[in-house]
Amino acid sequence: MTTFSPQTQTSSPSPSPKSSLLPLYGMMAEFETPAQIMEAAKKVNAAGYRFWDCHVPFPVHGLDKAMGIKRTILPLLVFGAGMTGTIVGFCLQAFTNAASFSIWALVWVTGYPFLISGKPLMSVPAWIPIIFELTILLSALSAVGLMFLMNGLPRLSHPLLSNIRFRRATDDRFFIVIESRDPKFLRSKTEAFMKTLGAKHIEVVEDR
Amino acid sequence: MSNSSKGFIETDNTQQPTGSRAPLVLNMHKFGEVTHQVCRIAENRPPMAWYIAFVICLGMMGFLGFCVTYLIFTGVGVWGLNNPVMWAYDITNFVFWVGIGHAGTLISAILFLFRQKWRTGINRFAEAMTIFAVVCAGLFPGIHVGRVWLAYWLFPIPNSMEMWPQFRSPLLWDVFAVSTYFTVSLVFWYVGMIPDLATLRDRAKGRFQQFAYGLASIGWRGSMRHWHRYEVAYLLLAALATPLVLSVHSVVSFDFAVSQVPGWHTTIFPPYFVAGAIFSGFAMVVSLAVPARQLFGLKDLITMRHLDNMNKIILLTGCMVGYAYSMEFFIAWYSGAMYEKFAFVNRAFGQYWWAYWIMVSCNVITPQLFWFKAVRTSIPLMFILSIFVNVGMWFERFVIIVTSLANDFLPSSWDQFVPTWVDIGTMVGAFGLFGTLFLLFCRYLPMIAIAEVKAVMPEANPHAGHAGSDHDDHGIPSGAVPALREPRSSEDSL
Repeated sequence: MTTFSPQTQTSSPSPSPKSSLLPLYGMMAEFETPAQIMEAAKKVNAAGYRFWDCHVPFPVHGLDKAMGIKRTILPLLVFGAGMTGTIVGFCLQAFTNAASFSIWALVWVTGYPFLISGKPLMSVPAWIPIIFELTILLSALSAVGLMFLMNGLPRLSHPLLSNIRFRRATDDRFFIVIESRDPKFLRSKTEAFMKTLGAKHIEVVEDR
Repeated sequence: MSNSSKGFIETDNTQQPTGSRAPLVLNMHKFGEVTHQVCRIAENRPPMAWYIAFVICLGMMGFLGFCVTYLIFTGVGVWGLNNPVMWAYDITNFVFWVGIGHAGTLISAILFLFRQKWRTGINRFAEAMTIFAVVCAGLFPGIHVGRVWLAYWLFPIPNSMEMWPQFRSPLLWDVFAVSTYFTVSLVFWYVGMIPDLATLRDRAKGRFQQFAYGLASIGWRGSMRHWHRYEVAYLLLAALATPLVLSVHSVVSFDFAVSQVPGWHTTIFPPYFVAGAIFSGFAMVVSLAVPARQLFGLKDLITMRHLDNMNKIILLTGCMVGYAYSMEFFIAWYSGAMYEKFAFVNRAFGQYWWAYWIMVSCNVITPQLFWFKAVRTSIPLMFILSIFVNVGMWFERFVIIVTSLANDFLPSSWDQFVPTWVDIGTMVGAFGLFGTLFLLFCRYLPMIAIAEVKAVMPEANPHAGHAGSDHDDHGIPSGAVPALREPRSSEDSL
């Protein structure tokens, strides 16, 4: 209810009086082509909005740059996870096949020095495959896990997903949504601004 | 063209137009059409052929369950294994299925890194094929260990006996390689599918479908901020899966190459196995794609050009496999090792000569027909040849494993392997398991990567002008004759 104010009620593409009592999530503009949303995104970015987003059925090439999105630090984190996998792989094999001391890993476990065909205990070349596999495993799982985490997924519900029109965002329409929590958001002003973007349709999105 | 016949009519798009890019999506210029073409498969009742195939596969899978249960309750003696031949159908099937899986990862990861945009039409179901093939592959070593209830000994689990696996053994590397491969392929497949599951969620009519697809799509709403990280993560996955896929079959080949058995102990095995894996995997993709595009009307998305490209890869990898066969023979002679020399002569002219010559005919001779474009673009011929390759590649593994073991160093220990009905039933049943999973996938999940296909359409280029009107610029009325030439743009040239 925080951003709802009486003077904004006048300009209303909102569907029904009953639903307009709900708090406001933001304003949504619908576009038909990647080129249109590209132009519009540049304008929204230039206008200084911060809490806004484009919703597109496929990654539009260059749209992230037009929106001013900074490159994600994901690769660095994944590199860290991969190195962790390398170290885990080495330590796991060195401990279980070459060590004779005990450590506590949920239970007390003891290493076993395997002496086979007179091979050295620290047979690092023979450990490479498993070190490699664990590096890949941890990198891949962390790439996906961290991507979900940074994107705030999984999510069971979202105000936009309750909007009927928004369903085409995964089909063939391109949407720009400016959220009401943006410091620059004022329903009347934002609506007037969105009308200058050349959208096919503009609509308020309620916070259901 | 009426809506119902769409996707069922063959268009030849294999010629390379000068100065422009051959289209990857035919007869469609709107994103919504792509969505509809793919989603309608999951939304409507499948054709009758689907039900028939499903019942057959389910029956075969049931027989697999019976054979495996019988094996576990009785012991591995129900197989035809004997003293020199301790690996036979089980490991043959394992290597065969792992190999099949490789094409999926090659298409999804390696072709992605090489910016081969035609991968978008086939990557989703090739990846699905990978997962199901690795499921089948995982079954065989699992039941081959004999005492299945002790299979957890393969993993380094802290236990009261203070027992650890022996990490210097290639067989243990295999456990890690195949399980990592399965996990990463599954994650890759699922992550790629999330945007398309969201599409199915947003189109779903029934409450149950909305709930199920909603849960599976984890709240995806196409946010560009999400897409940005998603694309980076996808690229990283592709970059990680590429060395992984090359390592998996290399590690599988170490199971043989690290041992002392003549015919196994060769350094050519890792690259030879990887080439063979890609060869057999692409053949399986063609064997599945040909009926699937026919049955579900996907000829505008899995076009003749896609099939032509895959047949070229089959030809290339078939030549590599042929080279490996001849090089093995050459080295066996050149090395001067008498056991090695005997092993190879014995393969071609010994008790399993027929298996060897089936292998050579199906893997080296018949794929050469793909030099001819008429063969590469003929649906019946490519289907038959791809089946031949599948048969040939199964026999390749049989030849490597069984002939080498049956006649090793001492003639006094030689024996012959004869499969029992349980051996054959398990092999046939694995195809049932694979088919069942694949048919379920076709029925309920997006068979084509919808979002990725849209992204390679010329209309997706934000600098190309407006989607509806850019064809008018070339004097071709939109919606009339399918425009075979699309303008090449700077964004598109990679």
